[in-house]
Amino acid sequence: MIPARFDYRRAGSTDEAVGLLTEHGDDAKLLAGGHSLLPLMKLRLAAPAVLIDIGRLSDLSYIREEGDAVVVGALTRHRDIEVSDVLGRHVPLLAHVAGQIGDPQVRHRGTIGGSLAHGDPASDLPAACLALGASITAVGPTGSRTIAADDFFTGFLETALRPDEVLTEVTLPKATGAGWSFQKFNRRAQDWAIVGVAAVRNGTAGVALVNMGSTPLRARAVEEALASGAGDAEAADHAADGLEPPEDLNASAEYRRHLARVLVRRALQEARPST
Amino acid sequence: MNITVTVNGETATHDVEPRLLLVHYLRDVVGLTGTNVGCDTSSCGACTVHVGGESVKSCTMLAVQADGADITTIEGLAQGDVLHPMQRAFRENHGLQCGFCTPGMVMAAVSLLEEHPHPTEAEVREGLEGNLCRCTGYHNIVKAVLAAADAGDSGAAATGSPGVAGRVPASAGAPS
Repeated sequence: MIPARFDYRRAGSTDEAVGLLTEHGDDAKLLAGGHSLLPLMKLRLAAPAVLIDIGRLSDLSYIREEGDAVVVGALTRHRDIEVSDVLGRHVPLLAHVAGQIGDPQVRHRGTIGGSLAHGDPASDLPAACLALGASITAVGPTGSRTIAADDFFTGFLETALRPDEVLTEVTLPKATGAGWSFQKFNRRAQDWAIVGVAAVRNGTAGVALVNMGSTPLRARAVEEALASGAGDAEAADHAADGLEPPEDLNASAEYRRHLARVLVRRALQEARPST
Repeated sequence: MNITVTVNGETATHDVEPRLLLVHYLRDVVGLTGTNVGCDTSSCGACTVHVGGESVKSCTMLAVQADGADITTIEGLAQGDVLHPMQRAFRENHGLQCGFCTPGMVMAAVSLLEEHPHPTEAEVREGLEGNLCRCTGYHNIVKAVLAAADAGDSGAAATGSPGVAGRVPASAGAPS
């Protein structure tokens, strides 16, 4: 399978990428690791006229502590997140989730910025970022702005990023010592999750779901039940409240709702603080 | 667009269409057909090669993305008639049946041992998650990788791969 023809432009800096996006608008797509975009282009489900390669902006590949947070550059590969000591210490959920994406080859190429900007409800990292209360920095022609992960995923494969913005950084509040869990249910090795759950318990609970709607989403009903004193099992029963999960060859919507309740219960139990 | 890559130690420059996939570049332009195209959807791993010392699926990378990179294919593992330790382990343990997945399996296994020189059996199985054997001949493949690890032949020295630090240099990123 061969992608449709496109103009290839290579950005030498974030500013240049923004300039190219401004010039080409909706006709252009950014290429980072390419592990979300290229498969779509090969299937001709995406056919951007211009591909702007930002994969060489090595100044956007970093993981560092900044006060109460760990900041991760958009071009940081899944593999680097998986093995990061800083993340392992302060945001272990993110490191673990990165290690569950696809397979080693995919993790060598895929980037956190690409995964978030793609906004796939079946992706693992968006759910982790939601559960962790992450925020996302984007740079556009008029400067940079910060978007809460909660406000970032706006529709199926759609995000709050404007056509002329580049996602540059993800900020993760430290969750040092917090309980956490990631439950990924699939049938075959390396598959997308049929349903996944990311949970963090750090006084309050952050719970997010993979593949339970048209966007990556928070399990709000679960979080509210826990906040008002419900036990784990009781709260988990609300995992699918108000949600419309997709139906496909892997699972009916009802099966997904069932999985969500079971996996949220397991996640809450595993993430229970060990006091 | 002109790209310059080093494939198995030899530097090559070619004018390629931006949409050309790395696997087609290696097979059809460079002429190295050891790398197979299996599923063509980044699932099966038959097209696994090393870019900058790390395993990647060459069906899911554009040749232009590899501009400036150091690439190793299955043809680059053996030193003349001397098989790479991983190839030897696959042969000694009969780690193949039809052989179609083998080049990708070997490349993935070499990369796995570079990152994880002494894996358990479970870690080998997980580390080869990205490679499917259509004969389901996993048993001997896993045995071969464990044997290569036991022999202390991580493959890192033999391939001279630079590892994570050897990714495409940022200096290669000048606008074209």
